[in-house]
Amino acid sequence: MSETKTGSGGLMGWVDARFPATKLWNEHIGEYYAPKNFNFWYYFGSLALVVLVIQILSGIWLTMNYQPSADRAFQSVEYIMRDVEWGWLMRYIHSTGASAFFVVVYLHMARALLYGSYQKPRELLWVFGVLIYLALMAEAFFGYMLPWGQMSFWGAQVIISLFGAIPVIGSDLALWIRGDYVISEITLNRFFALHVVGLPLAIIGLVVAHILALHEVGSNNPDGVEIKQNKAEDGTPKDGIRFHPYYTVKDTFGLVVFLIFFSIILFYMPEFFGLFLEAPNFEPANPQVTPDHIAPVWYFTPHYAMLRAIPDSFGGVVVMGAAVMILFFLPWIDRGKVRSIRYRGLGYKVALMLFFLSFVVLGYLGLQPATGLYTMLARIFTAIYFGYFLFLWVYTYFGLEKTRPVPERVTMP
Amino acid sequence: MNQDGADKSRRRFLTATTGVVGGVGAAFLAVPFLSYWKPSARAQAAGAPVEVDISQLEPGQLVNVVWRGNPVWVFKRTEDNISDLDKLEGVLRDPESNQPQQPEYAQNKHRSIKPEIMVMVGICTHLGCSPLFRPDERPAGIDRDWHGGFFCPCHGSYFDLAGRVYSGVPAPTNLEVPPYYFIDDNTVLIGEDEGEA
Repeated sequence: MSETKTGSGGLMGWVDARFPATKLWNEHIGEYYAPKNFNFWYYFGSLALVVLVIQILSGIWLTMNYQPSADRAFQSVEYIMRDVEWGWLMRYIHSTGASAFFVVVYLHMARALLYGSYQKPRELLWVFGVLIYLALMAEAFFGYMLPWGQMSFWGAQVIISLFGAIPVIGSDLALWIRGDYVISEITLNRFFALHVVGLPLAIIGLVVAHILALHEVGSNNPDGVEIKQNKAEDGTPKDGIRFHPYYTVKDTFGLVVFLIFFSIILFYMPEFFGLFLEAPNFEPANPQVTPDHIAPVWYFTPHYAMLRAIPDSFGGVVVMGAAVMILFFLPWIDRGKVRSIRYRGLGYKVALMLFFLSFVVLGYLGLQPATGLYTMLARIFTAIYFGYFLFLWVYTYFGLEKTRPVPERVTMP
Repeated sequence: MNQDGADKSRRRFLTATTGVVGGVGAAFLAVPFLSYWKPSARAQAAGAPVEVDISQLEPGQLVNVVWRGNPVWVFKRTEDNISDLDKLEGVLRDPESNQPQQPEYAQNKHRSIKPEIMVMVGICTHLGCSPLFRPDERPAGIDRDWHGGFFCPCHGSYFDLAGRVYSGVPAPTNLEVPPYYFIDDNTVLIGEDEGEA
C-alpha cells in the first residue's frame, strides 16, 4: 500500500490517519482477489461465519434469562420458552443454529477434501480449521448440558466417563472435570462459564487466525490451480476477481437460500424429528433414572458409533479421539501434488467417496442401539474411515496415483 | 533496535533469565487456576465416605445407609445364603461378575471382601429404582430358582443375594458394589478403597 491518500480529506481520511480502516477493508474484502471459478461448495465458509454471529447474538440474549443452577436451569429454559417475549424464538434460533453450524462446517470441510485445500501452502489454514472444529465440538457439548434435561445429564455422564476410562489418571481426571463425585450443579456451573465465555472467545480468535491465514496464502479453487502464478501487469491474478462486490453478492445469494432452509426448520420443525432437540431432554435431569436409550445429538453420532464399535472402553476412547486428531495430520499424510479431485487418480476418487460414505453411515449407526449387526457395521465403517488415511498415504507416498494433467488456468463451467 | 555498541551476550542473558523467572512464575500461577476445578470443601463433605458399625448386625439382617445420595445396603448373609450362591449360576446373566460393576477385590462369587458381608448400591441398573429386599419369600412372577434376593418392582428385575442379575430381565448388569474396606472387624468404610488417601 502506498502513502498516496485517495481521499485524504473527509471523515475517512481522518480515520485512516489514525486507524487502518481503509487498509483493512482493501486487504480483506475490497482488493482481496479470489479465484473466479468458485462453485456451490464455496458458500459454506461465509455461512459458517454468519451462523457464528447468529449463535453469539441469540446466546447473549438467552443468557439474560437462563439460570445455571440444578434447581432452576430446566425451569428457566421453560420460562424462556413460555413467558419471555419472543423467548421461544431466541431458544429455537440457538438450538437450530447449533445444528446448522455443524451442517455448514461439515460441508465446508468436505469441500477442503474435495479440492485439496489443505495441501501446501494451506497446511496452517487447515490446522486452524480443525482447531475451530474441535472447539466447536466442546462448545456444543457444554451447551447441550445447560437445559439440564435427561439427555443433558446422561449425555454428559457418558462423555465425562470417557475420560474416566483413561488408565491411571482417568478417575482423578473425571473428578477434576466434574468438580464433584457425581455430575452436579458444580459441573453445570463450570460448563456454563466455558460455554458462554471461554470457548466463544477461543472460537472467535481461531476464526480470525483462519481468515488471516486464508488471506495470506489466497483461496484455493475447484481446479486446485494456484492463481497467483498467473498475474496481469498490475500484479493482480488474471483468474482472480475482487471479493467485493463479486463474492459478497454471491455469498448474499447463498445466505438468502440458507436462511430459507433455516427458517423452515426454525418455524415448522425446530425439534427436527428429535434430532436437533431430543425427546428425553424435555424431562428434567434425574440422576436416579437413566433414559432407555442414550444417543448424542446427530453431529456427534459418527464418533459415538466408533466409540461403541470397539469392545474395550479405553480402546474406544482412543479410536474416537484419533478420528478427530488424525485430521490435523492430513496435509502431511497426503503426499499428492495434484489438489483437486477433478485431476486426481481414480483410486483417490473412490477412496474419498468411501470416506464420506463411512462418515454418513457411522452417523446413522450412532443413533441406533449398539447390537449385533449394527455393531458389526460400525466396525467395518470405522475401518474404512481410518483406512482412507492409510490408503491415501500409501497411494501418494509410493507414487501409485495416476493423475490427469492440471490446466494452466482455472476452468469455467 | 539499535545494536551499536550493545553487549549482546548481556542482553541475551537478561532476556533468558527474565523468560525463565517469568515462566516459573506462570507455572506456579497455574496451580490455583487448575486446583480451582477440584471438588470444593462442600462437595467433599457431601461426598465423604460413610462409616457403618456392623457389630450389631445379625445374620440375615440388612441395614440401609446413604452414600452420595444413593442407598447402600450392608447385609450379613447366613451360612445358607452363602452356600445358595453356588446353585444359581445357570439362571444368572453374569455369574462371574465380568462386567466392571465392582472393585477388583469384589470380583468373586459372593461379590464382597468377606463372604458373609455384602455391600451393594441399592439402585437397579435398569432405570434406577431401588429394588426390594426379599431374603426368603419368592416374589410374584418368578418361576425360576429362588434362594432369596432383591426384586425391583418398577420393571420386574431380579437379583440374587450377591446382587447378581437374573438373565431375561430388564436390568442389563449386576448391581454396583461401591468401593469399601473394613477399618476393623466391626466397622466398614463405604466410599473408599483401602489405602486411599
